[in-house]
Amino acid sequence: MAINKVVANAGEATKGIENGMTLMLGGFGLCGIPENCIAELVKLNVKDLTCISNNAGVDDFGLGLLLHQKQIKKMISSYVGENDEFERQMLSGELEVDLIPQGSLAERCRAGGAGIPAFFTPAGYGTEVAEGKEVREFNGKPHILEHALTADFAIVKAWKGDTAGNLVYKATARNFNPMMAMAGKITIAEVEELVPEGDLDPNHVHTPGIFVQRIFQGVNYEKRIEQRTVRQKG
Amino acid sequence: MLDKTGIAKRIAQELQDGWYVNLGIGIPTLVANYVPKGITVEFQSENGILGMGPFPYEGEEDADLINAGKQTVTLMPGASIFDSATSFAMIRGQHVQLTVLGAMEVAQNGDIANWKIPGKMVKGMGGAMDLVASAENIILAMMHTNKKGESKLLPSCTLPLTGVNCVTRIITNLAALEIKDNAFYLLERAPGVSVEEIKAATAGKLVIEGDTPEMKLV
Repeated sequence: MAINKVVANAGEATKGIENGMTLMLGGFGLCGIPENCIAELVKLNVKDLTCISNNAGVDDFGLGLLLHQKQIKKMISSYVGENDEFERQMLSGELEVDLIPQGSLAERCRAGGAGIPAFFTPAGYGTEVAEGKEVREFNGKPHILEHALTADFAIVKAWKGDTAGNLVYKATARNFNPMMAMAGKITIAEVEELVPEGDLDPNHVHTPGIFVQRIFQGVNYEKRIEQRTVRQKG
Repeated sequence: MLDKTGIAKRIAQELQDGWYVNLGIGIPTLVANYVPKGITVEFQSENGILGMGPFPYEGEEDADLINAGKQTVTLMPGASIFDSATSFAMIRGQHVQLTVLGAMEVAQNGDIANWKIPGKMVKGMGGAMDLVASAENIILAMMHTNKKGESKLLPSCTLPLTGVNCVTRIITNLAALEIKDNAFYLLERAPGVSVEEIKAATAGKLVIEGDTPEMKLV
């Protein structure tokens, strides 16, 4: 039998999250975000959070809900263009923001989970992003040193998960979730469908259960679409 | 003069058979509609798709399947899905042959600025810095001038940079240009646009060699 990681709900899963902690939250835009845990964080009203997430939600959904309650002290993201409240808090100086290139963000999370303290990348060389960072040339090209990221809690969303914490993501809802799952001291996974161990094909597991400490069956997923684009038949 | 569709059509002529291509948000996204007949390219979306297809039919949208612009999309046969680290491994590792993106400013040495206007607009760079730092071929899709009529093709950028010495080709509403030897080289004029108009709209060093042909769009 595999180690059982199941907890009852978002309330139980988020136990131990306190003011001032660093959280990683999976998702790209509103796609693949841990909706249940975000709602729980709003309820808990924990403050002074540092949130590492590619985006900051929209004004009334996703991390925008935490911004609205001024629960976030610092955001570490790559793109925040969809959120007016975010832009307002940032330009007024209420919110500290560290914008980093998307590939560097992904790799910094991966490195954090993989035990690699830092790495060199060409992304951002010669820009504001490189300020204060070590530059070294490899193969005739300048690179900057980027450090790994870890978090007190990583909160991810998967399509299916089993009691052992193995996760399978659906389509582009995968995005940052696998790397963040690796980089949390405690990783919480909320899933649309929680299945018994043995039900997931081991060949198809995206995140092995070792990276997940708590898993629960999520409820009432809204899965909001940011830009509904369609074509006409015929 | 070209409209957005025209710029996309002209950029599509640059596609080569067997290329993997990343298209940015806005005009670049339109390029997918004009892939020349007889060639096969696959579109990469940095949120985790290779083999991205067109928008879904009404009623078939899937909240879990979007492109980097957060628009609902579909998958082509043979597509694959991956996480963000793998996606940028493709980009940083130069497995993607072409990047097409927009710009607020471009300099004659190939510097690009497209992510921030200090004190006004701060949306973030998204994947643009990773893309421009590693792409072998970068084509900018942009308007030649801003809304005030000022040139966006400059001796040096005034806005915070996205990348340095990286842009090789630019398609604007007025012209096709190449960047080399610290100058904009005029390749083609957009339909109905004179060399004089292009000169007037270009603040950076512009090199014109012989007669400049007019673009041919299908």
